[in-house]
Amino acid sequence: MSDTLFIILSVLTVATALLVVLNKNAVNAAMFLLLSLVGLAGLFVLLDAPLLAFVLILVYAGAVVALFLFIIMLLDTTPGRFPAFKPMTIAASVLGAALLALGILSLSERAVLPLPPKAVAVPTMKNYAEQLFTTYLLPVQVVGFMLLIAMLGVIVLSKKYTPEETK
Amino acid sequence: MTAVIELWSGLHPLLQAVIKGLAVIGVMFPFGGACSLIERKVSAWMQGRPGPNRALPFWVAWVPGIGLLQRLGVFHLMADGGKMFFKEDPVPGHVNKFYFYLAPVVGMIPALTTVTVVPFGAYLNEAGKMVPLVLANLDVGILAVFAVSSLGVYALILAGWASNSKYPFLGGIRASAQLISYELSMTLSVLPVFLWVNVPGGNGTLSLFDVVSAQNGAWFGLWMPLSAIVFLVALFAETNRLPFDMAEGEADLVGGFHTEYGAMKWGLFFVAEYSHMLIGSGVFVLLFLGGWNPLPWVPLADVAVWLHLTTQPILLGLLSIGIFLGKALFFIFLFMWVRWTVPRFRYDQVMKLGWQKLLPLAIANLLFYALLIAWIQTRN
Repeated sequence: MSDTLFIILSVLTVATALLVVLNKNAVNAAMFLLLSLVGLAGLFVLLDAPLLAFVLILVYAGAVVALFLFIIMLLDTTPGRFPAFKPMTIAASVLGAALLALGILSLSERAVLPLPPKAVAVPTMKNYAEQLFTTYLLPVQVVGFMLLIAMLGVIVLSKKYTPEETK
Repeated sequence: MTAVIELWSGLHPLLQAVIKGLAVIGVMFPFGGACSLIERKVSAWMQGRPGPNRALPFWVAWVPGIGLLQRLGVFHLMADGGKMFFKEDPVPGHVNKFYFYLAPVVGMIPALTTVTVVPFGAYLNEAGKMVPLVLANLDVGILAVFAVSSLGVYALILAGWASNSKYPFLGGIRASAQLISYELSMTLSVLPVFLWVNVPGGNGTLSLFDVVSAQNGAWFGLWMPLSAIVFLVALFAETNRLPFDMAEGEADLVGGFHTEYGAMKWGLFFVAEYSHMLIGSGVFVLLFLGGWNPLPWVPLADVAVWLHLTTQPILLGLLSIGIFLGKALFFIFLFMWVRWTVPRFRYDQVMKLGWQKLLPLAIANLLFYALLIAWIQTRN
């Protein structure tokens, strides 16, 4: 049962993720992203981590993709109005894919993975919170700060500054 | 009675799930219809007119006492429901067909799914412990409700976009901005409740049942009034009800996102809206008004002892459902009361209220209660 579900959900996740990239219609792509996230949430549920699953749905499926759609609708990206891939995009994608392949290759050839721990902490809310606020406090703060920088950047870029006018 | 319970637990889990699913549909659709009737009756009452009271099929007119049902407008409800299903369903030529058909269905998914994680009653088992009546008892309770109901925005966005005309489009844009804005205040406003429920040393819970168990004494609405008010205001915005119904403001947008819809496709939007209202009211009652506890400081377990219902799980369950639904229905009435009393806000006022008033208020409220709860719970 669990294996069947895993296969169904992973195929759904990967196939829809591919369709996000290959689709020319931006609205379709956003909807496929939504499906992909739902599949991912299902995988989290299979891993006995319902908290992560619902946070993923709440934040990404519920808010982020909705904002994507909002922007897509405002920009009116009718399919065919822009070339799908610019040469630079292709070059960057190839480079990115090559780096990723290299990473996976070196990982599978050379890396010695640590053995899985014998006792795994029960994924309760308390354990999540404790890990986040003790062991991983610094990474959480750094990520939060980076998001803040991104937010400030958006505000600076989107505001049109006019030189002070004489009144 | 035990035979029924044995028959039920003997069924295949898949069959049980199908029956539960059908039960949700079988409850929510008539409920949506009934709500539209109540809405018409309440509006009529507020405006000093009788409301729908004429329809009466001639072949039942001889039944004594049927006049009461006629005056209550019950047959209008049936006629409206029948009309929804059987009238012509025109699809405008300029729409994006796929998403146009998809949008109402997408709207129904969160509306029917969230019902399954909301506990609606409780009973005492043989060991004398409270057991919640809920279709899917999740530890992440409130998070599941927020997560799944946040998907409701897609119905509005897709409907607005797929209709491919100006007013629905504006409605969809407004809906997406508004729903995301008020989600923040809503989530922040319930955090004090869970701060209190998760006492030090516990395992951490977001379950709505535990919230109700924590309200055997004082209800959270009584000592966290600001949380309750912020949640209620955000709830009005999230369910797209007046004075926040920017997405379908008929004065400026004809019908907003559902302008191009007709017949049952439009009906689905309506059922979704009413079930969101019911779920929202239910969650509010669970969080702030003690759920199925009849009065503050009077928990259901005590009432069971007084009425000698401790060994009657089914009767006690029905009583608890009655108490819970009674409170929830009052909030449905409140939704309608506000709708016919308060005029609609302007769009910029809605945004200003959400971001500049409600959000800082919710954050200040959270800080205050975080400090207060930390002080109370670490005192001894």
